[in-house]
Amino acid sequence: MKRLLILGAGTAGTMMANHLRPKLSVTDWEIVMVDQEETHYYQPGFLFLPFDIYTPEQVKKPIKSPLPRVVTLIQATIDKVVPESNEVWLQNGDHLHYDILIIATGTQIAPDEVEGMMGEGWQKDVFDFYTYEGSLALRDKLRTWNGGKLVVHISEMPIKCPVAPLEFAFLADSFFHHKGMRDHVEITFVTPLEGAFTKPKATEALNYLLEEKGVHIVGDFNIEHVDNEKRVIVDYAGKEVPYDLLVTVPPNMGSDMVERSGIGDEMNFIPTNKATLQSKVKENIFALGDATNLPASKAGSVAHFEAEILTENIMLFIEGQPLKESFDGHANCFIETGHNKALLIDFNYTQEPVEGVFPLPGVGPLSLLKESRVNHLGKMAFRWVYWHMLLKGRPIPFVSANMKEAGKILETIE
Amino acid sequence: MELVLAGNQIQLNDQGYLTDFSQWTKEVGEAIAQQEGIALTDAHWKVIHYLQDQHKQDIPLSIRKIGKSNVVSIKEFYDLFPTGPLKISSKIAGIPKPASCI
Repeated sequence: MKRLLILGAGTAGTMMANHLRPKLSVTDWEIVMVDQEETHYYQPGFLFLPFDIYTPEQVKKPIKSPLPRVVTLIQATIDKVVPESNEVWLQNGDHLHYDILIIATGTQIAPDEVEGMMGEGWQKDVFDFYTYEGSLALRDKLRTWNGGKLVVHISEMPIKCPVAPLEFAFLADSFFHHKGMRDHVEITFVTPLEGAFTKPKATEALNYLLEEKGVHIVGDFNIEHVDNEKRVIVDYAGKEVPYDLLVTVPPNMGSDMVERSGIGDEMNFIPTNKATLQSKVKENIFALGDATNLPASKAGSVAHFEAEILTENIMLFIEGQPLKESFDGHANCFIETGHNKALLIDFNYTQEPVEGVFPLPGVGPLSLLKESRVNHLGKMAFRWVYWHMLLKGRPIPFVSANMKEAGKILETIE
Repeated sequence: MELVLAGNQIQLNDQGYLTDFSQWTKEVGEAIAQQEGIALTDAHWKVIHYLQDQHKQDIPLSIRKIGKSNVVSIKEFYDLFPTGPLKISSKIAGIPKPASCI
Protein backbone atom coordinates (compact mmCIF):
# COMPACT_ATOMS: atom_id res chain seq x y z
CA MET A 1 0.00 0.00 0.00
CA LYS A 2 1.39 3.37 -1.01
CA ARG A 3 0.85 6.51 1.00
CA LEU A 4 -0.04 10.02 -0.12
CA LEU A 5 0.53 12.38 2.78
CA ILE A 6 -1.09 15.82 2.93
CA LEU A 7 0.23 18.32 5.46
CA GLY A 8 -2.55 20.72 6.44
CA ALA A 9 -6.31 20.11 6.36
CA GLY A 10 -7.28 23.69 5.58
CA THR A 11 -8.77 24.95 2.34
CA ALA A 12 -6.04 23.62 0.01
CA GLY A 13 -5.35 20.32 1.78
CA THR A 14 -9.04 19.47 2.09
CA MET A 15 -9.67 20.16 -1.60
CA MET A 16 -6.73 17.91 -2.57
CA ALA A 17 -8.07 15.05 -0.42
CA ASN A 18 -11.52 15.41 -1.97
CA HIS A 19 -10.12 15.55 -5.51
CA LEU A 20 -7.72 12.63 -5.12
CA ARG A 21 -9.69 10.13 -3.05
CA PRO A 22 -12.06 9.10 -5.87
CA LYS A 23 -9.15 8.96 -8.34
CA LEU A 24 -6.80 6.77 -6.29
CA SER A 25 -7.65 3.10 -5.76
CA VAL A 26 -8.35 2.44 -2.07
CA THR A 27 -6.50 -0.86 -2.26
CA ASP A 28 -3.30 0.76 -3.62
CA TRP A 29 -3.24 4.18 -2.00
CA GLU A 30 -3.99 5.43 1.46
CA ILE A 31 -4.41 9.15 2.02
CA VAL A 32 -3.15 10.45 5.34
CA MET A 33 -3.53 14.05 6.48
CA VAL A 34 -1.87 15.83 9.38
CA ASP A 35 -3.24 18.97 11.03
CA GLN A 36 -3.00 20.20 14.60
CA GLU A 37 -6.31 22.10 14.53
CA GLU A 38 -9.73 20.75 15.46
CA THR A 39 -11.69 23.40 13.57
CA HIS A 40 -11.91 24.33 9.89
CA TYR A 41 -12.50 28.08 9.65
CA TYR A 42 -14.16 29.84 6.73
CA GLN A 43 -11.43 32.45 6.65
CA PRO A 44 -13.16 34.97 4.35
CA GLY A 45 -15.64 35.30 7.23
CA PHE A 46 -12.96 36.84 9.48
CA LEU A 47 -13.52 40.06 7.54
CA PHE A 48 -17.19 40.12 8.56
CA LEU A 49 -16.97 38.98 12.20
CA PRO A 50 -15.66 42.34 13.52
CA PHE A 51 -18.72 44.14 12.09
CA ASP A 52 -21.25 41.62 13.45
CA ILE A 53 -22.20 40.68 9.88
CA TYR A 54 -21.41 37.01 10.57
CA THR A 55 -21.72 35.11 13.82
CA PRO A 56 -18.85 32.89 15.04
CA GLU A 57 -20.96 29.79 14.30
CA GLN A 58 -21.17 30.75 10.63
CA VAL A 59 -17.42 30.59 10.08
CA LYS A 60 -16.44 27.25 11.62
CA LYS A 61 -17.02 23.53 11.36
CA PRO A 62 -15.21 20.51 12.80
CA ILE A 63 -12.06 19.96 10.74
CA LYS A 64 -13.17 16.46 9.76
CA SER A 65 -16.57 17.45 8.39
CA PRO A 66 -15.51 18.47 4.85
CA LEU A 67 -13.04 15.55 4.48
CA PRO A 68 -13.75 12.40 2.48
CA ARG A 69 -14.56 9.29 4.55
CA VAL A 70 -11.65 7.14 3.48
CA VAL A 71 -8.78 9.29 4.69
CA THR A 72 -6.87 9.14 7.95
CA LEU A 73 -6.57 12.45 9.75
CA ILE A 74 -3.82 12.63 12.35
CA GLN A 75 -4.31 15.50 14.76
CA ALA A 76 -0.75 16.35 15.71
CA THR A 77 1.87 19.06 15.38
CA ILE A 78 4.37 18.53 12.56
CA ASP A 79 7.99 18.66 13.60
CA LYS A 80 9.59 18.54 10.18
CA VAL A 81 9.78 17.08 6.71
CA VAL A 82 12.81 14.88 6.03
CA PRO A 83 12.99 14.70 2.22
CA GLU A 84 16.06 12.40 2.18
CA SER A 85 14.14 9.52 3.78
CA ASN A 86 10.66 10.50 2.47
CA GLU A 87 9.43 11.00 6.01
CA VAL A 88 7.50 13.52 8.07
CA TRP A 89 8.33 13.61 11.76
CA LEU A 90 5.66 14.61 14.22
CA GLN A 91 6.29 16.31 17.55
CA ASN A 92 4.81 13.28 19.35
CA GLY A 93 7.80 11.29 18.08
CA ASP A 94 6.02 9.41 15.27
CA HIS A 95 7.69 9.14 11.87
CA LEU A 96 5.36 8.95 8.85
CA HIS A 97 6.70 7.55 5.61
CA TYR A 98 5.25 8.85 2.35
CA ASP A 99 5.47 8.10 -1.36
CA ILE A 100 4.03 11.48 -2.34
CA LEU A 101 3.88 14.54 -0.10
CA ILE A 102 1.60 17.54 -0.57
CA ILE A 103 2.42 20.59 1.54
CA ALA A 104 -0.64 22.73 2.25
CA THR A 105 0.35 24.29 5.55
CA GLY A 106 -0.69 27.79 4.52
CA THR A 107 0.52 31.06 5.93
CA GLN A 108 0.18 32.59 9.36
CA ILE A 109 0.56 36.02 10.89
CA ALA A 110 3.87 36.81 12.55
CA PRO A 111 3.20 39.91 14.69
CA ASP A 112 6.40 39.25 16.65
CA GLU A 113 8.33 40.21 13.50
CA VAL A 114 7.46 43.86 14.24
CA GLU A 115 8.84 45.34 17.44
CA GLY A 116 6.08 46.40 19.81
CA MET A 117 3.23 44.96 17.76
CA MET A 118 2.41 42.44 20.47
CA GLY A 119 3.12 45.00 23.19
CA GLU A 120 0.78 46.13 25.94
CA GLY A 121 -1.72 47.47 23.40
CA TRP A 122 -2.20 44.07 21.69
CA GLN A 123 -5.93 43.32 21.57
CA LYS A 124 -6.62 46.54 23.51
CA ASP A 125 -6.01 49.09 20.77
CA VAL A 126 -3.89 47.00 18.37
CA PHE A 127 -5.76 44.20 16.59
CA ASP A 128 -5.41 41.73 13.77
CA PHE A 129 -8.38 40.22 11.92
CA TYR A 130 -6.52 37.35 10.23
CA THR A 131 -7.17 34.96 13.12
CA TYR A 132 -10.47 33.83 14.63
CA GLU A 133 -9.44 35.10 18.06
CA GLY A 134 -8.20 38.43 16.69
CA SER A 135 -11.31 38.98 14.65
CA LEU A 136 -13.60 38.30 17.65
CA ALA A 137 -11.55 40.53 19.94
CA LEU A 138 -11.86 43.31 17.37
CA ARG A 139 -15.64 42.76 17.17
CA ASP A 140 -15.89 43.31 20.93
CA LYS A 141 -13.77 46.45 20.66
CA LEU A 142 -15.83 47.90 17.79
CA ARG A 143 -19.09 47.33 19.65
CA THR A 144 -18.09 49.90 22.26
CA TRP A 145 -15.48 52.09 20.54
CA ASN A 146 -16.30 55.81 20.66
CA GLY A 147 -14.34 56.81 17.58
CA GLY A 148 -11.07 58.53 16.83
CA LYS A 149 -8.24 57.66 14.48
CA LEU A 150 -8.74 54.23 12.90
CA VAL A 151 -5.60 53.06 11.11
CA VAL A 152 -5.91 50.02 8.83
CA HIS A 153 -2.41 48.82 8.13
CA ILE A 154 -0.48 46.30 6.02
CA SER A 155 2.97 45.47 7.41
CA GLU A 156 4.47 43.70 4.47
CA MET A 157 3.56 41.99 1.20
CA PRO A 158 2.81 39.23 0.37
CA ILE A 159 -0.21 38.67 2.62
CA LYS A 160 -3.13 36.31 2.50
CA CYS A 161 -6.01 37.90 0.60
CA PRO A 162 -4.24 41.12 -0.42
CA VAL A 163 -7.51 43.06 -0.80
CA ALA A 164 -8.90 42.23 2.66
CA PRO A 165 -7.35 45.25 4.42
CA LEU A 166 -8.91 47.63 1.90
CA GLU A 167 -12.25 45.82 2.25
CA PHE A 168 -11.91 46.27 6.00
CA ALA A 169 -11.50 50.03 5.53
CA PHE A 170 -14.58 50.18 3.25
CA LEU A 171 -16.71 48.06 5.59
CA ALA A 172 -15.59 50.23 8.51
CA ASP A 173 -16.83 53.31 6.66
CA SER A 174 -20.19 51.60 6.14
CA PHE A 175 -20.31 50.30 9.74
CA PHE A 176 -19.65 53.67 11.39
CA HIS A 177 -21.99 55.38 8.96
CA HIS A 178 -24.84 53.08 10.01
CA LYS A 179 -23.99 53.58 13.67
CA GLY A 180 -24.38 57.32 13.11
CA MET A 181 -20.80 58.03 14.18
CA ARG A 182 -18.91 58.28 10.88
CA ASP A 183 -18.07 61.93 11.68
CA HIS A 184 -16.19 60.78 14.76
CA VAL A 185 -13.94 58.35 12.92
CA GLU A 186 -10.96 59.20 10.74
CA ILE A 187 -9.98 56.24 8.55
CA THR A 188 -6.38 55.99 7.32
CA PHE A 189 -5.07 53.15 5.17
CA VAL A 190 -1.32 52.57 5.54
CA THR A 191 0.52 50.38 3.03
CA PRO A 192 4.12 49.49 2.10
CA LEU A 193 3.09 49.83 -1.55
CA GLU A 194 2.71 53.11 -3.37
CA GLY A 195 -1.00 53.37 -2.67
CA ALA A 196 -4.22 51.41 -2.20
CA PHE A 197 -4.21 50.53 -5.89
CA THR A 198 -1.09 49.63 -7.86
CA LYS A 199 -2.40 48.34 -11.18
CA PRO A 200 -3.29 50.87 -13.92
CA LYS A 201 -6.82 49.59 -14.72
CA ALA A 202 -7.82 49.16 -11.07
CA THR A 203 -6.43 52.58 -10.17
CA GLU A 204 -8.40 54.20 -12.96
CA ALA A 205 -11.63 52.35 -12.15
CA LEU A 206 -11.52 52.40 -8.36
CA ASN A 207 -9.70 55.47 -7.11
CA TYR A 208 -13.05 57.24 -6.63
CA LEU A 209 -13.88 54.79 -3.84
CA LEU A 210 -11.22 56.26 -1.55
CA GLU A 211 -12.63 59.76 -1.85
CA GLU A 212 -16.25 58.61 -1.68
CA LYS A 213 -15.59 56.70 1.53
CA GLY A 214 -13.24 59.24 3.05
CA VAL A 215 -10.29 56.87 3.35
CA HIS A 216 -6.92 58.63 3.65
CA ILE A 217 -3.91 56.86 2.18
CA VAL A 218 -0.36 56.71 3.51
CA GLY A 219 1.84 54.82 1.03
CA ASP A 220 5.46 53.63 0.97
CA PHE A 221 5.28 52.91 4.70
CA ASN A 222 7.44 50.00 5.87
CA ILE A 223 6.71 49.54 9.55
CA GLU A 224 9.69 49.34 11.90
CA HIS A 225 7.90 49.39 15.25
CA VAL A 226 4.69 50.12 17.12
CA ASP A 227 5.02 52.68 19.91
CA ASN A 228 2.31 51.52 22.32
CA GLU A 229 2.74 54.48 24.65
CA LYS A 230 2.58 57.30 22.07
CA ARG A 231 0.15 55.23 19.98
CA VAL A 232 2.00 55.73 16.71
CA ILE A 233 3.39 53.34 14.13
CA VAL A 234 6.87 54.25 12.91
CA ASP A 235 8.51 53.22 9.63
CA TYR A 236 12.17 52.64 8.78
CA ALA A 237 12.46 56.16 7.37
CA GLY A 238 11.20 57.61 10.68
CA LYS A 239 7.72 58.48 9.37
CA GLU A 240 4.98 58.28 12.04
CA VAL A 241 1.24 57.63 11.79
CA PRO A 242 -0.83 58.16 14.96
CA TYR A 243 -3.71 55.83 15.86
CA ASP A 244 -6.40 55.39 18.46
CA LEU A 245 -7.31 52.01 17.03
CA LEU A 246 -4.78 50.10 14.94
CA VAL A 247 -6.09 47.26 12.78
CA THR A 248 -2.96 45.71 11.37
CA VAL A 249 -2.10 42.87 9.07
CA PRO A 250 1.17 41.58 10.56
CA PRO A 251 3.84 40.12 8.28
CA ASN A 252 2.68 36.78 6.85
CA MET A 253 5.01 33.81 7.02
CA GLY A 254 4.80 30.14 6.13
CA SER A 255 4.53 27.48 8.80
CA ASP A 256 7.27 27.12 11.45
CA MET A 257 7.60 23.49 10.42
CA VAL A 258 8.96 24.71 7.05
CA GLU A 259 11.75 26.51 8.88
CA ARG A 260 12.47 23.46 11.05
CA SER A 261 12.65 21.34 7.88
CA GLY A 262 15.04 23.76 6.17
CA ILE A 263 13.06 23.56 2.93
CA GLY A 264 11.64 27.09 2.67
CA ASP A 265 12.74 30.59 1.73
CA GLU A 266 13.45 33.48 4.12
CA MET A 267 9.70 33.84 4.87
CA ASN A 268 9.18 30.05 5.21
CA PHE A 269 7.38 29.70 1.89
CA ILE A 270 8.06 26.59 -0.21
CA PRO A 271 9.97 27.15 -3.47
CA THR A 272 7.53 25.77 -6.03
CA ASN A 273 7.34 25.54 -9.82
CA LYS A 274 4.75 28.18 -10.73
CA ALA A 275 3.23 26.18 -13.61
CA THR A 276 3.34 22.55 -12.35
CA LEU A 277 3.11 23.06 -8.54
CA GLN A 278 5.91 20.55 -8.00
CA SER A 279 8.17 21.80 -5.22
CA LYS A 280 11.80 22.57 -5.93
CA VAL A 281 12.68 20.59 -2.79
CA LYS A 282 12.30 17.10 -4.28
CA GLU A 283 10.33 15.58 -7.15
CA ASN A 284 7.82 13.71 -4.94
CA ILE A 285 6.98 16.83 -2.91
CA PHE A 286 4.24 19.16 -4.18
CA ALA A 287 2.85 22.36 -2.69
CA LEU A 288 -0.21 24.52 -3.17
CA GLY A 289 -2.20 27.30 -1.59
CA ASP A 290 -0.70 29.95 0.68
CA ALA A 291 2.30 27.74 1.55
CA THR A 292 4.07 28.28 -1.78
CA ASN A 293 6.35 31.09 -2.92
CA LEU A 294 4.44 31.53 -6.20
CA PRO A 295 4.00 35.06 -7.55
CA ALA A 296 0.20 34.54 -7.34
CA SER A 297 -2.22 35.92 -4.74
CA LYS A 298 -2.52 34.01 -1.50
CA ALA A 299 -6.26 33.35 -1.75
CA GLY A 300 -8.75 30.51 -1.55
CA SER A 301 -9.68 30.89 -5.21
CA VAL A 302 -6.04 30.42 -6.20
CA ALA A 303 -5.86 27.26 -4.07
CA HIS A 304 -9.08 26.08 -5.75
CA PHE A 305 -7.70 26.51 -9.28
CA GLU A 306 -4.33 25.06 -8.23
CA ALA A 307 -6.06 22.01 -6.73
CA GLU A 308 -7.62 21.10 -10.08
CA ILE A 309 -4.27 21.35 -11.84
CA LEU A 310 -2.26 19.66 -9.09
CA THR A 311 -4.69 16.72 -9.05
CA GLU A 312 -4.01 16.17 -12.73
CA ASN A 313 -0.25 16.46 -12.18
CA ILE A 314 -0.21 14.04 -9.23
CA MET A 315 -1.99 11.47 -11.41
CA LEU A 316 0.56 12.08 -14.20
CA PHE A 317 3.40 11.77 -11.67
CA ILE A 318 2.06 8.41 -10.46
CA GLU A 319 1.88 7.19 -14.05
CA GLY A 320 5.43 8.38 -14.68
CA GLN A 321 4.27 10.93 -17.27
CA PRO A 322 5.63 14.47 -17.66
CA LEU A 323 3.75 17.09 -15.62
CA LYS A 324 1.56 19.69 -17.31
CA GLU A 325 2.80 23.26 -17.01
CA SER A 326 -0.70 24.61 -16.89
CA PHE A 327 -1.21 26.78 -13.80
CA ASP A 328 -1.53 30.40 -14.98
CA GLY A 329 -1.84 32.16 -11.60
CA HIS A 330 -5.63 32.48 -11.95
CA ALA A 331 -7.38 34.26 -9.06
CA ASN A 332 -10.98 35.35 -8.69
CA CYS A 333 -11.92 37.51 -5.72
CA PHE A 334 -14.88 39.48 -4.47
CA ILE A 335 -14.03 42.82 -2.89
CA GLU A 336 -16.59 44.16 -0.45
CA THR A 337 -16.97 47.93 -0.73
CA GLY A 338 -19.58 48.45 1.99
CA HIS A 339 -23.23 49.56 1.81
CA ASN A 340 -24.16 46.10 0.40
CA LYS A 341 -22.06 46.42 -2.70
CA ALA A 342 -19.01 44.55 -3.93
CA LEU A 343 -16.56 44.31 -6.79
CA LEU A 344 -15.28 41.20 -8.50
CA ILE A 345 -11.79 40.79 -9.93
CA ASP A 346 -10.47 38.00 -12.17
CA PHE A 347 -6.81 37.90 -13.14
CA ASN A 348 -3.69 35.74 -13.50
CA TYR A 349 0.12 35.95 -13.59
CA THR A 350 0.15 38.19 -16.65
CA GLN A 351 -3.33 39.73 -17.03
CA GLU A 352 -4.21 42.48 -14.54
CA PRO A 353 -7.87 42.84 -13.42
CA VAL A 354 -9.97 44.62 -16.04
CA GLU A 355 -13.63 45.54 -16.52
CA GLY A 356 -16.13 43.16 -18.08
CA VAL A 357 -18.68 40.57 -17.01
CA PHE A 358 -18.33 37.15 -15.34
CA PRO A 359 -18.63 34.20 -15.67
CA LEU A 360 -20.69 34.21 -18.90
CA PRO A 361 -19.30 36.50 -21.63
CA GLY A 362 -21.85 39.19 -22.53
CA VAL A 363 -24.23 38.01 -19.78
CA GLY A 364 -22.60 38.10 -16.38
CA PRO A 365 -24.47 38.31 -14.06
CA LEU A 366 -21.44 39.48 -12.11
CA SER A 367 -19.56 42.59 -13.20
CA LEU A 368 -15.80 42.86 -13.11
CA LEU A 369 -13.97 45.78 -11.50
CA LYS A 370 -17.27 47.58 -10.97
CA GLU A 371 -19.36 47.94 -7.81
CA SER A 372 -22.73 46.19 -7.80
CA ARG A 373 -25.29 44.72 -5.42
CA VAL A 374 -25.30 41.46 -7.37
CA ASN A 375 -21.58 41.07 -6.66
CA HIS A 376 -22.31 41.52 -2.95
CA LEU A 377 -25.00 38.82 -3.13
CA GLY A 378 -22.41 36.64 -4.85
CA LYS A 379 -19.99 37.17 -1.98
CA MET A 380 -22.68 36.34 0.59
CA ALA A 381 -23.70 33.20 -1.33
CA PHE A 382 -20.08 32.19 -1.52
CA ARG A 383 -20.02 30.91 2.08
CA TRP A 384 -22.45 28.15 1.08
CA VAL A 385 -20.48 27.49 -2.11
CA TYR A 386 -17.29 27.21 -0.03
CA TRP A 387 -18.58 24.54 2.35
CA HIS A 388 -20.62 22.56 -0.15
CA MET A 389 -18.79 22.83 -3.47
CA LEU A 390 -15.33 24.37 -3.22
CA LEU A 391 -13.96 22.24 -0.37
CA LYS A 392 -15.61 19.14 -1.81
CA GLY A 393 -13.74 19.66 -5.06
CA ARG A 394 -16.96 20.03 -7.04
CA PRO A 395 -16.58 22.23 -10.12
CA ILE A 396 -18.11 25.71 -9.90
CA PRO A 397 -20.34 26.10 -13.00
CA PHE A 398 -18.72 28.10 -15.82
CA VAL A 399 -15.56 28.83 -13.79
CA SER A 400 -12.45 27.13 -15.17
CA ALA A 401 -9.03 26.64 -13.60
CA ASN A 402 -7.37 28.75 -16.28
CA MET A 403 -8.42 32.37 -16.68
CA LYS A 404 -10.76 33.16 -19.60
CA GLU A 405 -10.36 36.30 -21.64
CA ALA A 406 -13.88 36.28 -23.10
CA GLY A 407 -16.21 38.80 -21.49
CA LYS A 408 -13.35 41.14 -20.59
CA ILE A 409 -12.43 44.53 -21.95
CA LEU A 410 -8.80 43.93 -22.88
CA GLU A 411 -7.76 46.89 -25.00
CA THR A 412 -4.03 47.36 -24.96
CA ILE A 413 -2.63 50.40 -23.23
CA GLU A 414 -0.70 52.56 -25.66
CA MET B 1 8.56 56.92 -22.15
CA GLU B 2 12.02 55.85 -23.22
CA LEU B 3 15.61 56.29 -22.25
CA VAL B 4 18.17 56.71 -25.01
CA LEU B 5 21.55 55.36 -24.04
CA ALA B 6 24.51 55.11 -26.45
CA GLY B 7 22.03 55.11 -29.33
CA ASN B 8 19.86 52.35 -27.82
CA GLN B 9 16.23 53.05 -27.02
CA ILE B 10 15.23 51.58 -23.67
CA GLN B 11 11.45 51.30 -23.16
CA LEU B 12 10.18 52.59 -19.81
CA ASN B 13 6.65 52.76 -18.41
CA ASP B 14 5.19 56.11 -17.32
CA GLN B 15 6.80 55.73 -13.91
CA GLY B 16 10.25 55.10 -15.31
CA TYR B 17 10.42 51.31 -14.86
CA LEU B 18 11.81 49.12 -17.64
CA THR B 19 9.04 47.30 -19.49
CA ASP B 20 11.46 44.66 -20.78
CA PHE B 21 14.10 43.34 -18.38
CA SER B 22 16.19 42.01 -21.28
CA GLN B 23 16.98 45.62 -22.25
CA TRP B 24 18.77 46.17 -18.93
CA THR B 25 22.51 46.74 -18.88
CA LYS B 26 24.85 48.05 -16.19
CA GLU B 27 24.83 51.41 -18.00
CA VAL B 28 21.01 51.53 -17.93
CA GLY B 29 21.13 50.88 -14.17
CA GLU B 30 23.67 53.65 -13.72
CA ALA B 31 21.61 56.11 -15.77
CA ILE B 32 18.45 55.44 -13.73
CA ALA B 33 20.43 55.66 -10.48
CA GLN B 34 21.77 59.02 -11.55
CA GLN B 35 18.21 60.29 -12.15
CA GLU B 36 17.35 59.11 -8.64
CA GLY B 37 20.38 60.94 -7.26
CA ILE B 38 22.18 57.78 -6.20
CA ALA B 39 25.87 57.06 -6.86
CA LEU B 40 26.16 53.28 -7.09
CA THR B 41 28.75 51.54 -4.91
CA ASP B 42 29.61 47.84 -4.55
CA ALA B 43 27.04 47.61 -1.75
CA HIS B 44 24.31 48.90 -4.10
CA TRP B 45 25.33 46.44 -6.82
CA LYS B 46 25.20 43.52 -4.41
CA VAL B 47 21.54 44.35 -3.66
CA ILE B 48 20.70 44.98 -7.33
CA HIS B 49 22.12 41.63 -8.40
CA TYR B 50 20.23 39.86 -5.63
CA LEU B 51 16.95 41.49 -6.74
CA GLN B 52 17.57 40.53 -10.36
CA ASP B 53 18.37 36.97 -9.39
CA GLN B 54 15.11 36.70 -7.43
CA HIS B 55 13.18 38.31 -10.29
CA LYS B 56 14.54 35.77 -12.80
CA GLN B 57 13.21 33.01 -10.56
CA ASP B 58 9.75 34.70 -10.34
CA ILE B 59 10.11 35.17 -6.60
CA PRO B 60 8.08 38.04 -5.12
CA LEU B 61 10.18 40.52 -3.14
CA SER B 62 9.52 42.23 0.15
CA ILE B 63 11.51 44.38 2.57
CA ARG B 64 11.61 41.76 5.32
CA LYS B 65 12.56 38.97 2.96
CA ILE B 66 15.47 41.06 1.73
CA GLY B 67 16.37 41.91 5.34
CA LYS B 68 16.57 38.19 6.14
CA SER B 69 18.58 37.36 3.01
CA ASN B 70 22.03 38.12 4.46
CA VAL B 71 22.59 40.46 1.51
CA VAL B 72 21.69 43.66 3.34
CA SER B 73 19.93 44.61 6.59
CA ILE B 74 16.75 46.67 6.34
CA LYS B 75 18.54 49.68 7.89
CA GLU B 76 21.37 49.41 5.36
CA PHE B 77 18.81 48.98 2.56
CA TYR B 78 17.25 52.32 3.58
CA ASP B 79 20.69 53.94 3.76
CA LEU B 80 21.52 52.75 0.25
CA PHE B 81 18.19 53.67 -1.35
CA PRO B 82 16.61 56.32 0.89
CA THR B 83 12.83 56.77 1.39
CA GLY B 84 11.49 53.94 -0.78
CA PRO B 85 14.25 51.33 -0.99
CA LEU B 86 12.38 48.52 -2.73
CA LYS B 87 10.76 50.86 -5.26
CA ILE B 88 13.98 52.67 -6.13
CA SER B 89 16.23 49.61 -6.18
CA SER B 90 13.72 47.75 -8.39
CA LYS B 91 13.72 50.65 -10.83
CA ILE B 92 17.52 50.65 -11.04
CA ALA B 93 17.59 46.84 -11.33
CA GLY B 94 15.22 47.01 -14.30
CA ILE B 95 12.54 44.87 -12.65
CA PRO B 96 8.86 45.79 -12.11
CA LYS B 97 7.66 48.03 -9.29
CA PRO B 98 6.39 46.03 -6.29
CA ALA B 99 2.63 45.75 -6.75
CA SER B 100 -0.51 44.18 -5.37
CA CYS B 101 -3.20 42.39 -7.37
CA ILE B 102 -5.31 45.54 -7.93
